[in-house]
Amino acid sequence: MALDVQQVILWLIYLFGSITFILGLKRLSHPETARTGNLMAAVGMSVAILGTIFLYKDTNGEKLHNHIWIFGGIIIGALVGTLTARRVKMTAMPQMVSLFNGMGGACAAIISIVEYQKYDFTDSNITAVTLAALLIGGVSFSGSMVAFGKLNGNVSDKVFPGQSVFNMIVLLIAIALGVYLVVYPMQNIVMLTLMITMCLLYGVLFVLPIGGADMPVVISLLNSFTGIAAACGGFIYHNQVMLTGGILVGSAGTILTILMCRAMNRSLLNVIIGNFGGNSTAATQAGSEKGNIKEISISDAAILLSYSKKILIVPGYGLAVAQAQHIIHELEMLLEERGVEVKYAIHPVAGRMPGHMNVLLAEADVSYDRLLEMEDANAEFGTTDAVIVIGANDVVNPAAKNDKSSPIYGMPILEVENAQNVIVMKRSMNAGYAGIENQLFYEPKTRMLFGDAKASLQKLVSEVKAN
Amino acid sequence: MIDYLFNFLYENREMVFIIILSIFLGIEIIAHVPTVLHTPLMSGANAIHGVVIIGAIIVMGSTQPDNYFALLLGFFAVILGTLNVVGGFVVTDRMLEMFRKRK
Repeated sequence: MALDVQQVILWLIYLFGSITFILGLKRLSHPETARTGNLMAAVGMSVAILGTIFLYKDTNGEKLHNHIWIFGGIIIGALVGTLTARRVKMTAMPQMVSLFNGMGGACAAIISIVEYQKYDFTDSNITAVTLAALLIGGVSFSGSMVAFGKLNGNVSDKVFPGQSVFNMIVLLIAIALGVYLVVYPMQNIVMLTLMITMCLLYGVLFVLPIGGADMPVVISLLNSFTGIAAACGGFIYHNQVMLTGGILVGSAGTILTILMCRAMNRSLLNVIIGNFGGNSTAATQAGSEKGNIKEISISDAAILLSYSKKILIVPGYGLAVAQAQHIIHELEMLLEERGVEVKYAIHPVAGRMPGHMNVLLAEADVSYDRLLEMEDANAEFGTTDAVIVIGANDVVNPAAKNDKSSPIYGMPILEVENAQNVIVMKRSMNAGYAGIENQLFYEPKTRMLFGDAKASLQKLVSEVKAN
Repeated sequence: MIDYLFNFLYENREMVFIIILSIFLGIEIIAHVPTVLHTPLMSGANAIHGVVIIGAIIVMGSTQPDNYFALLLGFFAVILGTLNVVGGFVVTDRMLEMFRKRK
């Protein structure tokens, strides 16, 4: 057989693409190199896409056609993608990642559907992998859409009795339909449609009951699902770059998911089937009798902060909601000018996405060496004069350490109660996303500062300036 | 059953090899990532799985020009895949732009 130079070039391109993905991910793990890492992967991806369009030959040795359709789709997707990605607010980042993830899942599912229509079923392995891509891609798509809706505030948590059993049945039906289609290899549009419906239904049901506090885990999990779906695609086409790219993301995403679960001291299974918000009423009633809360005025807070030596700020989802990241940075610089040491204590699952707080604070120009991870922060609370908790709740709830009946018992928390003073900024006394009362608010050393975080911080900044 | 499995693994031995090694590679790469970068990392990984678009391009390019059902679906797949790739990389870049160290 004569050597086909074009196919060698395409193979080299795919090798190059795989290497850029690996190096890109590797570089994404360090702050200094992250940006170039992302660019590298983007270059590798672009080359792989162009190489496929112009050099790919199918098993019959035929080149790809329909170039107008292909470029039309790419141009539309690129325009819409760039515009949305450029316009989205930093606080809406979790939704955005979820949305793009869903697009990838849908893409994998659609490929499977079209491929299935073309099969003559001589190879049951390929049929099985195709249907697996359909299942995983479909679940990833509908799950991501629900996650998008929830993070965007359009969809609320829904829990009904027997939900986990019901979900499991839907998933099993979807798998059973897939197995049926492999065992009885012939075009069966009815069964296929039924299977697609079940996949989509499962994705919706699977994400619907999951509470806001667990969304980071779910997004990460769905991310790795789409990776696996992409890898299935690579298997179907014997395409190495799809295979490595998909599997890398699949395994890295799974590890990231597990790291996050570990940070909450819960198993993945517990996150998926255990509904976090379920115990809220009982917990709230138990907590409502536990002493009085004390408020603090803006001017008292300003004095307390100005005369502190060391301050730790604990941001939570409330910071994102109030868009208070810039003003908190202003307060930080103001206090630093006066010789106060200001740092941020970041809980691994604060916010609605892993590293959510880091992104927000980075947007506001907060230098990342001021951000302490949980273990480092916990070592420092003992020597801290004042802690400001902004819109965080469950991640500072001591019940996680000392109340065995609490749903969050065992989750590592930021031990802010070890500091001299604690100021909690909150909109109201409502319980946190997990719906659990927080004993911290009733501690003698805790003062509450009610109101919108941004407005309160603005007042605080002018008050500190006036001092 | 065992025969079937052995057969499957051996027939696809090169791909199985790539898959297993990639799994370990993925784990190794992520294992020491600081929490600071969890979001950009997830977002970057999100863009990389957009590689599924190559599948969409192959589907599209090998479809007969009169198979409108497949053309239309493939067209959608290309759009969605591009959204995943382009949107993912741009969003990640925007996030990382803010991570430069400040004095």
